[in-house]
Amino acid sequence: MTFSPELEAKLEKLMNSYPPGRKKSALIPMLMFTQDEVGSITQELVEEVARRIGIPTVQVDEVVTYYSMLHRKPMGKHHIQVCTNISCLLWNGDELYEHAREKLGIGHKEVTADGMFSLEEVECMGACSWAPAIQVNYDFHHHVTKEKLDQIIDSLRKLR
Amino acid sequence: MADLVNLTINGRAIQTPAGTLVIDAAKKAGIEIPAFCYYEGYSLQAACRMCLVEVEKMPKLQAACTLPAGEGMVVRTESEPVVKTRKSMLEFLLANHPLDCPVCDKGGECELQDMSFRYGVGESRFTEMKHHVDEKQWSPVVFYDGPRCILCYRCVRVCNEGMGVSALGVINRGEQSLITPNFEDHLECDECGMCIDICPVGALTSGTYRYRTRPWEMKHTGTICAFCSDGCKTTLGTRGHEIIRGNNRDRSGINGEFLCMKGRYAFDFIEHPERLTSPLMKVNGKLEPVSWAKALEAVARKFTEVKTRGGRFGIAASTKTTNEENYYLQKFARQGLGTNNIDHHRSGDVVALIDALNGRADALATMQDVYTMTASLVIASDLAQEHPLIAFQLRANNRHHQSNTYTVTKGPVREDKYAAASIRCEEGGELEAVAGLREQLSKEKELLVIFGGAIKGEAVGKLVAFGDSLGIPVKYICLVDYSNSRGAMDMGLLPDLGPGYEPVDQPGMTLPGMMAASDLDVLWVVGSNPLARYELASPGAFVVVQEMFLTETAARADIVLPASAAYEKAGTLTNVTGECQKLHAAGRTMGAKPDLEILGLIAREMGLNLGIWSSSNVFEEIRKSVRGYNIPLPIIATGQAAQTNPVKGGVPLRPRPDLIQPAGNTLFTSGSLGRYSKKLTSVIEYPGQLYRP
Repeated sequence: MTFSPELEAKLEKLMNSYPPGRKKSALIPMLMFTQDEVGSITQELVEEVARRIGIPTVQVDEVVTYYSMLHRKPMGKHHIQVCTNISCLLWNGDELYEHAREKLGIGHKEVTADGMFSLEEVECMGACSWAPAIQVNYDFHHHVTKEKLDQIIDSLRKLR
Repeated sequence: MADLVNLTINGRAIQTPAGTLVIDAAKKAGIEIPAFCYYEGYSLQAACRMCLVEVEKMPKLQAACTLPAGEGMVVRTESEPVVKTRKSMLEFLLANHPLDCPVCDKGGECELQDMSFRYGVGESRFTEMKHHVDEKQWSPVVFYDGPRCILCYRCVRVCNEGMGVSALGVINRGEQSLITPNFEDHLECDECGMCIDICPVGALTSGTYRYRTRPWEMKHTGTICAFCSDGCKTTLGTRGHEIIRGNNRDRSGINGEFLCMKGRYAFDFIEHPERLTSPLMKVNGKLEPVSWAKALEAVARKFTEVKTRGGRFGIAASTKTTNEENYYLQKFARQGLGTNNIDHHRSGDVVALIDALNGRADALATMQDVYTMTASLVIASDLAQEHPLIAFQLRANNRHHQSNTYTVTKGPVREDKYAAASIRCEEGGELEAVAGLREQLSKEKELLVIFGGAIKGEAVGKLVAFGDSLGIPVKYICLVDYSNSRGAMDMGLLPDLGPGYEPVDQPGMTLPGMMAASDLDVLWVVGSNPLARYELASPGAFVVVQEMFLTETAARADIVLPASAAYEKAGTLTNVTGECQKLHAAGRTMGAKPDLEILGLIAREMGLNLGIWSSSNVFEEIRKSVRGYNIPLPIIATGQAAQTNPVKGGVPLRPRPDLIQPAGNTLFTSGSLGRYSKKLTSVIEYPGQLYRP
């Protein structure tokens, strides 16, 4: 399995960032980067990552199933992650999440029929000072209200 | 000697080498700190939190399994906060653990049960439904009951580190965590069952044992594995005369608790439906059951008749019968029948090694040496397949002592993963490849050379000469294939050498020689299957076979005498490293007799006096008369291993490297015997392959 030249360069740099005998440390970033390009963690990708790092596939599975940001199935083009952990909850993060569910018509880790959006209820992402927070792919949005969430979704929809 | 530190545990002053973990320091002082995940010899996990102890001046309880003992440390292992925490930990572990102890295989020998009993956790604050997942079968021998798992990771570590297989992992997280096999719904591994044995609870259970009995209903017999030559002790659990479990949890024997699939599961050959339970005699070209009396009389009459008229005998001996049986058989041949036509399937050139060592008695390694010597050179063997215990010891040596391993093999081997150097070469090119390692090897402090059957004849002498030239202490292991291959040679089942490698006056016929001879009058086969490899050229030969099964050879016999299995008799076996150990009968099969008894009865029927045929009597004779076997009785009698040492001056060689034919058994095959274990043949990996990438 080969990736785009940019990603290959990134992975090469990644593999060289760890000393000999510690290449296993490249596992999580490698899964994140490759997931972004492939769209999800496919079986083929698991095997490829295992081969590149030199570990059994079962050890890749351990990590993939442990971390919620690694997905076995493709998520939407815009993956909306709503925090409902303590700080965000105090600022009505749960209502925000409910609102997102209603607006998008999908539930936790589900994808809209057109593949544009997916939703995930996530634990703390370290943005407590700006609660409630959401994350769309890698972008943070702070002090989110229902109205602000509507705007974000509408503007993303226009992007196409 | 490492620096010593002084600490206090439960008010007792303890001195221990710096770096010792508190849990080990306490254990040495006779203070038990309970733990599930901590396991001697494997990496630290600190997952179960059972070993939390109070340490003065430390704000929180500390995990004794990861805390190195420090100077002046004051530790309390049974104080109120510690006991309270332990109770909480147990309550937590039991939150989802089903209380199916009455039907669980582990009930009675379960570590979680023992801890719950000790700390009296009779009540639980958890009222939620227990999390349940259905049990799964991962292979014919490994079953997984997820809800019982306490996530100690012992199985994962023993498979990764101990076996070097990495077939197990843990997926998901929190209470959803599950142990998972390497191929989604099934295992593809060594099927060794180490994960089952090491499991502190009943999460991993054995295909041969599960739901068959309760541990306290069994009798346990420590005996020696009947398969390869490594000589592992397997403790067989029997109910009545039926063997239902094999393991070695008491860590007795040279293998500690290690066993491969054969030692742990393949005992089922003894109850194979094709097991012979009555003597058979050829009547009108068909083998018919007859009484022992009739069969023995017929054998004795034929032997006496052929002996009297000076006819030709050929005796094919076994690589699996006991030393006593082997010794008695060669005595029968030489003294009773007056022939040196006795041989066996040779799988390693031990004779050449004894000759090459030329009197150096300290150059034969023991199984312990494999674990302690600082460097090893493996030549022409896929150890993980052919010699699982040696492979296990080498891995442990590398893990615990950072020993260096060099491999010279024709294909990839498991040792490559941690080897200091791996060389691929075709058969015959090994010595040249080894020579290329000279510079690296001569920098080692000492070296253990482990060589397979491809190194034979003159090559063995050259290898030893190479070892000598390194200028460091070198020890050797000449690999042989079967449980008593070594004993067969030591006891003189050879046409040119008697017991203790003493040359005989008139060398007899080799095994292929006997098979090719056209005028053989009697072919006597004891626990061997030569017709699987050779044609019998003498059409008129009277064939007598002592066997457990109707093998190719037994099917051609005129008389078949049903023999007992190794697990059904007493005696001694000598393993690949020359270590002699005692067999103890665990089971019994009606109708079959131990080979020694069969030999004795034939001798009596013929009116020969070859001595009393009890194994202890014959062993005494061996101790007195066979070079290297004057080993201490108490060691043997208490079930330990004593190294025999037949090294002497040179052996007058008739080099016949063509006679050395390694069987190339994998983890799942074992000559003719392995075919009769349904467990061995039922796994997905069967028959396996050597040098698999």
